[in-house]
Formats: sequence, C-alpha cells, structure tokens
Amino acid sequence: MLKIVRQIASLGIVSEPPPAADECLRVRDGLQDRIRAMLGRALCIRHIDAGSCNGCELEIHALNNPLYNLDGLGIRFVASPRHADLLLVTGPVSTHMEVALLRTYEATPDPKLVVAIGDCGCTGGLFGESYASRGRVSNIIPVDIAVPGCPPSPTRILQGILTALARSPAKMTTTKAAHAIGFDGPPE
Amino acid sequence: MPLRAWFARSEPQAGAPGLRALVVSPEQWRQVTLDLVAAGARLVAIWASMDELASPMICAAFLAEQGGIVLALPIVDPDVPYRGIEDLFPGAARMQRAMADLSGIHSTDPDVRPWLRHAAWPRSYRPLIDQTPAEPSAAPAIDDYEFVRVEGDGVHEIAVGPVHAGTIEPGHFRLSVVGEKVLRLEERLGYVHKGIEKRFMQLPILEAHRLAAQVSGDSAVAFSWAYCQALEGIAGDEIPSRGAWLRALYLELERVANHLGDLGALGNDAGFAFGLAQFSRLKEQMLRASLEALGERYLMNAVVPGGTRADLAPSDARSLGASVRRLARQVQILRAIYDEHEGLRDRFIGAGIVAPELAARLGLTGLAGRASAQAFDLRCDLPCAPYTQLSVAKMVRSEGDVAARVTIRFDELTESCRLIQHILGSLPEGPHRAPVRVPVDRTVGIGLVEGWRGPVLVALEAGPDGTIRRCHPHDPSWQNWPVLEHAIIGNIVPDFPLINKSFNLSYSGHDL
Repeated sequence: MLKIVRQIASLGIVSEPPPAADECLRVRDGLQDRIRAMLGRALCIRHIDAGSCNGCELEIHALNNPLYNLDGLGIRFVASPRHADLLLVTGPVSTHMEVALLRTYEATPDPKLVVAIGDCGCTGGLFGESYASRGRVSNIIPVDIAVPGCPPSPTRILQGILTALARSPAKMTTTKAAHAIGFDGPPE
Repeated sequence: MPLRAWFARSEPQAGAPGLRALVVSPEQWRQVTLDLVAAGARLVAIWASMDELASPMICAAFLAEQGGIVLALPIVDPDVPYRGIEDLFPGAARMQRAMADLSGIHSTDPDVRPWLRHAAWPRSYRPLIDQTPAEPSAAPAIDDYEFVRVEGDGVHEIAVGPVHAGTIEPGHFRLSVVGEKVLRLEERLGYVHKGIEKRFMQLPILEAHRLAAQVSGDSAVAFSWAYCQALEGIAGDEIPSRGAWLRALYLELERVANHLGDLGALGNDAGFAFGLAQFSRLKEQMLRASLEALGERYLMNAVVPGGTRADLAPSDARSLGASVRRLARQVQILRAIYDEHEGLRDRFIGAGIVAPELAARLGLTGLAGRASAQAFDLRCDLPCAPYTQLSVAKMVRSEGDVAARVTIRFDELTESCRLIQHILGSLPEGPHRAPVRVPVDRTVGIGLVEGWRGPVLVALEAGPDGTIRRCHPHDPSWQNWPVLEHAIIGNIVPDFPLINKSFNLSYSGHDL
C-alpha cells in the first residue's frame, strides 16, 4: 500500500492542460458549456469496431489514459449504445458487421452523433469495397465527422469528437430531448 | 520414417532462415504429419494455394527441432476431400474450415460448418478463386450458426457480442453456465473478415507490405517484416544489416507497447484501476518517444521492402534510449506493486489455467504458450538477423494461469528494454535500405517473425510482372483462440474478461 501511495504521490497529476492558443482548444472549451447546456450531463460515447485492423482501437484506448483527462472534459465511454450520445465507429464496415452496426445505431437514442475514425472509416482505406467490405462508414449510417489517419492520434480523435459536438446544436434544437432539458439555442 | 529422413528429402525454402520445403503425395502427407506429431512438432499454419490455371495445393508449415518445414500437397481432384489433420493438430480445424469458405476446398473433418463465411457470400462462391464479376453483392443479412448446445438442469446460455461492452474488436462468445460457473464456451469469429487475402492479390508485390501492416494493427511491425522477409527471400536480395537491426528495434518497441497496454488492462480487469492509469501513462510516453525518434506512434509504415523507411539519427537514438531507461525503472516499481498486491494475486493465480500437457496437445503458441511451458520463441530457436547476434533470453513458466501470463509479460518487457538498449548501442553503420527486385513468377517465399503475441507467418507467391498470385498472412491467434475455450472451463463468468485479456488475441488478424 505504501508503495502505491508513494508512486501516486511521486507522479502527481500527469494530465495535460489543454494547449492555450490551439483551435482545438477553443472547440473544447466552448464544447463543455454546450454539452452542459444541451444535455446537462457528461457526453457518453459508445465505440463500435465495424471491421478495423485494431490500430484505431489502440489510439481510442490511449485517449482514455490520464494524460488526455477525458473524464475531466465531461466525456466518457459507456458499455451500451442505449446510454450513448455519440458513436465512434472504426474500420471499413465488413459485410459481416453491417447488421450489427445498423442495430447498434438504431439502439442509440436520438439525438445522436456519429464520428468515423481512421482512413478506413473515412474512405474504406486500403480495404476499399469488396465481397467482404462495404467500405466507408457513411455507406451504412449517417456520419457527422470523419477523422482520417492510420491510426489517427488520440488528439485528433478528441478533436473529431469535439468538432462533432460543436456543430450539433443546430441539428438538435428541434428534437424532443433538447427541449425537454430546456435547451434554447447554442450558447455563444 | 523418422522426421530426419523427411528433412533430408526437402529443399531449401526461400524467406525466413531454417525453413525447408517438401512436396508430398496424399499417402506421404498422412505419414509425414503423423511423424511430425510424434516428434512433437508445432503447426504454424495451413492454407490453400490455388488459382484458375494452376492446380490446387494444400500448404502447411510446421516447426520441429530440426527447423521449419513447409509441406505442399497437390490436389488432383478438388471434389474429393483431402485428409484433414485436425485429429493430429487440433488447431488446424478452423484453418481447414476457413480454406473451405475461401477456396472451396474441403477436408475430411466431419465438422463442415462454415467458419469465416457468415452471410456475406454464398457457399458456391469461392472468394480466392472466382474472378469478378461473379462477386456477389449481398444485402445486409445474418445467418444461423449451429452452436453446440449444453443440456441439463439449470444450464443457461449467455450470448455476448459481436459488439462488446468496451473498446474491443467484435466477435461472439456463447457461454453455457450453471449459476456463475462456466461449463462451456464456444466462440464464433469472422465478423471482421474484410477480404484481406483477396485484396493482396490486387496489389503490386512491392507495395503490399502496407496491407500486411494492417492485418492486425497491434502487430504491424511483425506482419510487415514477415511480408518483406518473404518478398526479399524470393527476390534474392539481402537487406543491409542496419536495416535488419532497425527492424528488430521496431519489433521490440511494438512488444513493449503491447505488453504495457496489457499489463494495465489486466490490472483494471481485476479491479485495480491504479494499474491501468500507471501503465497507460507509461505506454503513452513510449508512443510519444516513438513519434519523436521514428516519426510514428505506431510503426505502421516503418518496415519496407529492402530495409526500413527511415534511418535513425544518433540524437534520436540517444533520446529513445533515455526514454526506455526511464521506462524500465518505472516498470520495476510497478512490478513490485503487482507482485505484492493481495487483490491481484487472488484474481490472477489459478485463473484460466492451461496445463502444459493440454497446451502441447492443442498447440498453444507464442506468449501464452510460454506461460504453459511451451518453450518456443523464434527469436531464440529459429532466429533471423539480427536475432542471431542478440541472444534473447527465452521466458518460460509452467503454471499456465493468468498470473503466469502476467509474469511472462513483465519478463519479456524487461528483456525487450534490454534488447532495445543493446540494439541502439550496436547499430551497424551503412545504408538502412537497399533496392528489391521484382521476383520471378510462381516463386514462393515464407516470412516468419516472432511478434509480441507469437509467431507471425506470411506466405507469398509472386505473380507475373510484379503482381501477387497469392498471399496468406497468419496470426498466432488462430492457434490460441480454441485454447481459450478450454482455459475458461470451470471458472466463473466474471473472470472471463480477465482470462480473455490475459491471452489478448487478435480478431482482425484471425478473421482476415
């Protein structure tokens, strides 16, 4: 126990402050207000691997390490699509995952956002379209944001998530859910 | 006939060192596989190689004490099933079913259920043989798979997946349980089958290493190295020794990154969030050190035909070395904490046991194999350059439980840190890359590399004018997935994620 405490104490807080003059940061700051204004709670993300090589999964894992401090931004990953506001989808969509992807999408309550991750999610990547691959995610479900990269870094993935949220108010104003929590327009 | 005699008849095989090739008749096929199993040889992979013009062929790679041997069994009549080897090498069963799905060539195994084929294409379509425009375009559909039902009082099924409750690849697990106790696990994989082998056949042979790196992203270096090894073998080109040493550096960095990730995740799955926070921080630091020194967090594009994409500047080598030194110190601190933690010991020790006898019988391989006394590591037993000069310490345990697989990871992590320092200090001078010629049509090369999970094989057959006739990438997960079904028997359901993680097998590398 003493060793654990010593290790925690010796490292202190490793989470990195958001960079000061970064375009990405501005989205993130405004974003937190918007999440609160719109949803009144944390943003919940559900990840779906629809055929990835698992490279993008490694970077999504990394996004959850203490340096990125996702929880501190009010964002967390959840176990069920029924708890999610945003779907993070990787891979070219393999034909065998098509039904599972559609069902997961349908199980996610409206309003929902979709972020396609990686070159494969954005374009089908090297795998393209074939007897076994449907190619890009947007061939199967509507995609709000596409983050290229092979794999994209955690910072890029985070930027994608934040960008998706930044443009979501217009899309969400007419929905029941937004009205129900007293949302009346994007904060400026 | 003793195995020695078969080896004496064999020819050298291009690609990885220590490999031999032998063409056999159907009678010899049975005899040589019997002799191989009697001699304790390990099956690496079995695949079908055929096209519209050439006659079909079954290929199987084994590792024996004498070295590696690749058997080729020409098939005269594809409508007559060939003699399956799943009775001798149980790990072959799913590989043979996959051959039936992709190449339409069937074995004598009575289990004729499809494996990689779900509803995406009809049984009559053979993706690796039939040309477009015969490619079917299936509407979204799912099929019924015949799981083995467990009957009895109080037995019920828990069905999990393909979409799992975490950031994990998709697959389906069917657990038959009584209360919390697992009676049986049956896996169903193939969800991320995206036509990798077919895609290889459409790419230029000098560029397809990029696809090899995406067979299983966590093993990008192992697969791209194995691909290049096969290619360089048939092109007849030596790579500069600096290139080989840099590849080994990348492979060990890949091992370090994966072991760090797994050690954190294993702590977390046992309820020790501190472990995940600490190890994921260390992993992030290593990835950033990689980015700084090598230009990539994950080395997806680092290994190229003829050597490596980039060289390593002395200043970058020094900073990478310093990062690895800091890492090794931190790992020692965390190891002491893991070793002494009562809660972790309680969850790790005795969970998911694969006894050495069972591991040998089922062909458990790689890291998980070494935790069950299967003392084989290509870096020690069939080393390619520069491992011939690195004297890697082989890490072996015999308990075969989660704790043993954790220990192997700690041991190998420490050893890889040592190897990285050694490599950085001994990098030969000279170019890091040499040109590679386009190989001659119908030549076959086999690449074999000890990835972090186990032996990775790439079998490459050149086509005319720089094309690929056939390329079969093989991940060790093929061997280890079926063993996981045994490891879980008698354990409780809440330990399944932990036991599964202790193997950490690839879905993408398996589903292709």
